[in-house]
Amino acid sequence: MNNIPMEACLAISTLMFFAGVYGFLSRKNMIMVLVSLELMLNAVDLNFVVFNRYLYPGQMEGMFFALFGIAIAAAETAIAIAIIINIYRNVKRIYIDENITELKH
Amino acid sequence: MNDINMSYTLILLALPFLMFLVLGLLGNKMKPLVAGVLGTLSLGVMAAVAYYTAYQYFFVVGKVGEVYQSLPVFNYEWLQFYGELKINLGIMLDPISALMLVVITTVSLMVHIYSLGYMKGERGFQRYYALLSLFTFAMLGLVVATNIFQMYIFWELVGVSSFALISFYYTKPSAVAASKKAFIVTRFADLFFLIGILIISYFAGTFDFATLTDPDAPFIGSAVGATFLGGTALSWALAFIFIGGAGKSAMMPFHIWLPDAMEGPTPASALIHAATMVVAGVFLVARLFPIYVGTTVLEIIGWVGAITAAYAAIVACAQTDIKRVLAFSTISQIAFMITSLGVSGYGGHDGLGYMASMFHLFTHAFFKALLFMGAGAVIHAVHSNEMKDMGGLRKYLPITHITFAVAVLAIAGIFPFSGFWSKDEIMAAAFHHNKAIFALLFFAACLTAFYMSRLYYRIFWYDNNKDYHHKPHEAGPTMTIPLIILAILAAFSGFVPFSKYITSDGKAFEAHIDMLVAGLSTLAAVGGIVVATLMYAKKKDAPNKFTQTFPRLYKWASDRFYFDEIWLFVTRKIIFDRISKPIAWFDRHIVDGFMDGLAYVTQAASDKIKGLQSGHIQQYIFVYLIGALSLVFIFIFFIAFLLS
Repeated sequence: MNNIPMEACLAISTLMFFAGVYGFLSRKNMIMVLVSLELMLNAVDLNFVVFNRYLYPGQMEGMFFALFGIAIAAAETAIAIAIIINIYRNVKRIYIDENITELKH
Repeated sequence: MNDINMSYTLILLALPFLMFLVLGLLGNKMKPLVAGVLGTLSLGVMAAVAYYTAYQYFFVVGKVGEVYQSLPVFNYEWLQFYGELKINLGIMLDPISALMLVVITTVSLMVHIYSLGYMKGERGFQRYYALLSLFTFAMLGLVVATNIFQMYIFWELVGVSSFALISFYYTKPSAVAASKKAFIVTRFADLFFLIGILIISYFAGTFDFATLTDPDAPFIGSAVGATFLGGTALSWALAFIFIGGAGKSAMMPFHIWLPDAMEGPTPASALIHAATMVVAGVFLVARLFPIYVGTTVLEIIGWVGAITAAYAAIVACAQTDIKRVLAFSTISQIAFMITSLGVSGYGGHDGLGYMASMFHLFTHAFFKALLFMGAGAVIHAVHSNEMKDMGGLRKYLPITHITFAVAVLAIAGIFPFSGFWSKDEIMAAAFHHNKAIFALLFFAACLTAFYMSRLYYRIFWYDNNKDYHHKPHEAGPTMTIPLIILAILAAFSGFVPFSKYITSDGKAFEAHIDMLVAGLSTLAAVGGIVVATLMYAKKKDAPNKFTQTFPRLYKWASDRFYFDEIWLFVTRKIIFDRISKPIAWFDRHIVDGFMDGLAYVTQAASDKIKGLQSGHIQQYIFVYLIGALSLVFIFIFFIAFLLS
């Protein structure tokens, strides 16, 4: 377990984060955008855990922050899903395009 | 002396203004006759108040010791600038304003009564009476002004009401053009008036006539000190103010508007363009006379007046439209008044010219209003302004004929009609001052008698057997009664001992008839009348022969010596083409171009960058991400650079 170098863990989290960024920018489907968002959040959580584990092994703050982030992500997902469902009910589409602006008023 | 409260004079201003509002706003709800009678009645009240005021002034309160004072019976501070410089609105009574009150209300009352008959059935009858009220209000406000600024305000109001009355028949293009011409020409002259007021108030620190016309006012010295182009500031101010007066009083070269102003209804011409408004310029100079006295400007005024008098008299001989003859006659007679002021000195018998000018103003108002109303009755009868459509009318219009004859004798200056007395005083004043001016006036007086007699004969004699489609008939009593009243005034108003009441310094003096001058002017008048009788009493070939002998002279005179064309040339070719057009070009291409350029650049720039506001969230995020990343890289390399 200890043989895995920190850089490898960070590389994985970076990879996850940019995969999330890419998905966030390129996807038109809102569900996919949400998934990409989760991916970015989880990459950050992973970073917290990795830094805590390798740099300050005796402490727990990083772990707690990761848990905190997971909780927030869950709440945010719930809200986002609720919004998406409402959009779907109104316009029968969940794609990010011009139609969404109709909900402004 | 002010223990007698004369604030009732406020009625003179309040009533006509009220009438203007009532007739102007509610007139269309009334029957025309009701509106006319209402206006006439209110003017009757005003005339009574004006007579009473004049009586009070001249015989009860006006005189302190031997001198007539100017009484500010009402004064209200309206605008305060700084220190002493403030604008008041008020009523000042002095000999000339009391005189004008009588003249204005009398003539205005006559015109009101006359118009009941003359304007009957015209469209806009109520509007006509409302405008007459407005004019009366403005003119009274002008003559009782306590300061030069109030005078200026009412001066412009008078101009506006004149404008509105000239274009009364606004469906006629010529009337509209004439009203525009009158307004623009007088307005142009008033610009100088305003400049003059500003200069004078700058040096005097006050607008008040009482301070300005104080003969030993301190400001005159300070204004004499400052010079511009060889003239003192005072002379320039006085010259500019006179230009304003020349515009209203139709002195050369501003006379061009008055003949065209005859497009208005004839009674309005009688009131505004013969008896009252056009003498405003004379009144203005008389009002400021103590400052004018002894200056070169006054000398110039005398010459302008004399030349205008002769010029207008020549032109009047060649006009065929009877109202135009009267218009030029008015110009000529007002020029007599102006000349008379120009040749006058200050105080005692030296002030003969001043007295004569006011005297002539007084008598001229009556006989010229009478002439216009008589001409109106003639036009009413034959439905034409042209002499060729008239002749032999004495059989059909006996009352008009007699009253017109009285007016002609009065204006020609035949003893004992009113014009003789006033014109004789003017002649005497000119004779003692400057022989050249006297010669011009003498010439003009000869011609006056000639062209007025010509007018009279062409209307009432000449073609005795002319047959009319509709038999002309005398107008109703509303028109003939004012004619008769004015004829009485025109015949006898010369017997008023003017030199006792209205003099340059307020002191009475004894004016006596100068036998030499009186003889000469009577000779001139009789000569003019005799020549006209020979030429025009019967239809003969003599006039045609005369015009054929001097074709060019006749043509020039009948075309008014091309003054209108000169003005048109100056405005169109020089001012419009050489000055206005380049300025317009500059405005359109440089000023507007700059602003248009700004707008164009802004629009083009926003066109280019509007893609940034696409509304695509993902695009925004992408841009944000790029920005954040570049910041991070810059930051890292910056730190690395610092650490190295």
